[in-house]
Amino acid sequence: MALLQISEPGEATAPHEHRLAAGIDLGTTNSLVASVRSGVPDTLPDSEGRHLLPSVVHYLATGEHQVGTTALKQAADDPLNTVISVKRFMGRGTADVKSLGSVLPYEFVAGESGMPLIRTAAGDLSPVQVSADILDTLRQRAEQTLGGELTGVVITVPAYFDDAQRQATKDAGKLAGLNVLRLLNEPTAAAVAYGLDSGSDGIIAVYDLGGGTFDISILRLHQGVFEVMATAGDTALGGDDMDRAIAAWVMGQAGLGEDLKHGLQRRLLLAACAAKEALTDSDQVDIAVELENGTEWRGTLTRQRMDELIESLVRKTLGPCRRVLRDADLNTADISEVVMVGGSTRVLKVRTMVGEFFDREPLVNIDPDKVVAVGAAIQADILAGNKPEDSMLLLDVIPLSLGVETMGGLTEKIIKRNTTIPVSRAQDFTTYKDGQTAMALHVVQGERELVDDCRSLARFELRDMPPMTAGAARIRVTYQVDADGLLSVTAEEQTSGVQAHIAVKPSYGLSDNEIEGMLRDSMDHAEEDMKARRLREQQVEADRVLEALQAAMQKDADSFLSDEERSAIEQAATELAALRNGSDHRAIKTAIEKLESVSNVYVDRRMNANIRKAMAGHAVDEFK
Amino acid sequence: MSSTLTKNYFELFSLPQQYVLERSDLDARYRKLQHTVHPDRYARASDQERRLSMQQATHINEAYQVLKDPLRRGRYLLELRGHAIEDQQTTHQDPEFLMQQIELREVLGEIRQQDDPLQALDRLAREILAQYRALESDLAQALETDAETEQAVSLVLKMQYFMRLQNEVQELEADLEDELY
Repeated sequence: MALLQISEPGEATAPHEHRLAAGIDLGTTNSLVASVRSGVPDTLPDSEGRHLLPSVVHYLATGEHQVGTTALKQAADDPLNTVISVKRFMGRGTADVKSLGSVLPYEFVAGESGMPLIRTAAGDLSPVQVSADILDTLRQRAEQTLGGELTGVVITVPAYFDDAQRQATKDAGKLAGLNVLRLLNEPTAAAVAYGLDSGSDGIIAVYDLGGGTFDISILRLHQGVFEVMATAGDTALGGDDMDRAIAAWVMGQAGLGEDLKHGLQRRLLLAACAAKEALTDSDQVDIAVELENGTEWRGTLTRQRMDELIESLVRKTLGPCRRVLRDADLNTADISEVVMVGGSTRVLKVRTMVGEFFDREPLVNIDPDKVVAVGAAIQADILAGNKPEDSMLLLDVIPLSLGVETMGGLTEKIIKRNTTIPVSRAQDFTTYKDGQTAMALHVVQGERELVDDCRSLARFELRDMPPMTAGAARIRVTYQVDADGLLSVTAEEQTSGVQAHIAVKPSYGLSDNEIEGMLRDSMDHAEEDMKARRLREQQVEADRVLEALQAAMQKDADSFLSDEERSAIEQAATELAALRNGSDHRAIKTAIEKLESVSNVYVDRRMNANIRKAMAGHAVDEFK
Repeated sequence: MSSTLTKNYFELFSLPQQYVLERSDLDARYRKLQHTVHPDRYARASDQERRLSMQQATHINEAYQVLKDPLRRGRYLLELRGHAIEDQQTTHQDPEFLMQQIELREVLGEIRQQDDPLQALDRLAREILAQYRALESDLAQALETDAETEQAVSLVLKMQYFMRLQNEVQELEADLEDELY
């Protein structure tokens, strides 16, 4: 059969082959979707012209749900079934959730794997499912606006998100039927939007204070390369906390006790949030809250008073600011620009205190709500293959050290925080007792000495080791972190070759089976749908493999392959192309594997040649 | 087996196998290499290519970490010359040097009792850095030829002492700042 004509990844052959891609900012308070259209990245509005989608889902007893502004309107009247700020619970355990803020407006039940589920009229839902409902709304918006199915998306996460929180976010994307090309750190996304806009090289600090998370990142910009030098933050600190501080003040003024009904709690928080926003432009604001007995409390909050209420919260962000500077080995004088991101940086007190800390006026001229989504859209456009390949490169880091538990409940760090990803590190361990044949490995993340003070990511066991005297076995534990910041761990006993491998699914995450189960549920549990989905997945992968291979072979098969090798690859490709149009997803999978194995040598030779080419012919001073 | 994955770090960066290098040049080579292999360049490629790209990018990151760090670069060069230094290898025969280390540790131990601990710590950090830099330039000389390998090993071991001390200084600094603010 004739070979399919397909372009090389990163090189669109014809303009009509523009692939639809989007960047999604999945925020605590609001979410956005953006895309690059005719070369211009911008956020996409809904049918009523609104760009921000409130990250709120209202669940009904019928099993249906509403997302966004309509859901937000239910927040005060139906607080238990209206989920807001779900991002705060992503990748968290039940115990964490209890400690997150003193006022929790909804009811949690413990799920099977220890993951907290939110009790709603539509059933007990995991934070991943709620996030997937938000993502699904954004996907629909993008596909309607752009007029087609999305090839892939980039979803942003706080830089300081740990492995469990990242994994949960990626799961949510999967559950919403999205092809997640990359998880991108929010400050990096902001830097991309800012850096490409200004075109200036230098070292910038991105201060990102959102509704529920805080990040500070230091990046070096150099001719389109964005290199994260250090990052720090707090995944449970944001504008929500300011709202709570103000609400607590109102409660004090109104003589209310701690034990309030959910509806009143929600009204207080909404009033507090509105007051906070108003105080950016006014010196004082009137607050009115309807109380449980039907009367109304009225009062006035001055900006000065609010500044006092929130000062300690803003001060809490300065500790991480000091730490990133230390980690990057820099002084405030080295920073050429401070970029403010996140809705909470509209609060004047935040701007003043950050300005004082860095000793320079922070940049506030870009829309702090949109900048992250715009940066993600730019990255998505490049990853989807719509841009020339050399246009930009992001080099990111892991935010928190990754370690393993050793004797006595201590943490041994295997990969230190702020190491550039992807990264792989191995460390050797040994047995504690004579004749020991199994070893339990506990993977943790965090900076503290004691395991109990770190986040537990996963536990797994290496079994069937040959019995040896204590200290004789050599168990090599290898951590690999990919470009999304996600970890996988392998352990191998060196003398016997006994292996254990685990892609770290966080203790509070979902297994692939659970995700599949949910997908099944969401698609009316039709067996055909599952089959169709599997087939579709394999077809997409088959297309991708064929596309990449054929473009490569047109270019340089002659230089790297003997006639024999070439015809073996072509034969396997033809077989795959034929099976691809059939309906047997397993046969397609096998054919892909076969093609990959015969073309392995070619892929390898090509990449090595590319590396040599990148370095070849350059005299030493050419790089200066 | 892939040739670039087994190449030594200097070869990978097309650099002469020597201690002295220019940082800006190394950085430029690193960026160029990552531009070529980074997983972002292979987002739409087959799983096979994406795996390989991740391995290559990981390898280049590791190489860069070693080459840009004066201590790790020295150790690596000695390893290539057949003089691997074990992590636990710390014994040092130079009594004068050990005496100096003990004194510096005493200063570190008493920082908290100083009137202005952060300033005192800053002074100590500067002294440690100056000594470290001096060792670094001695090491560059010792590694110029194969003749002074023993001297080079001894210098690397001394640098490791200072590196550990520097880490402790940084930890204390972090603690002090956290207490202060």
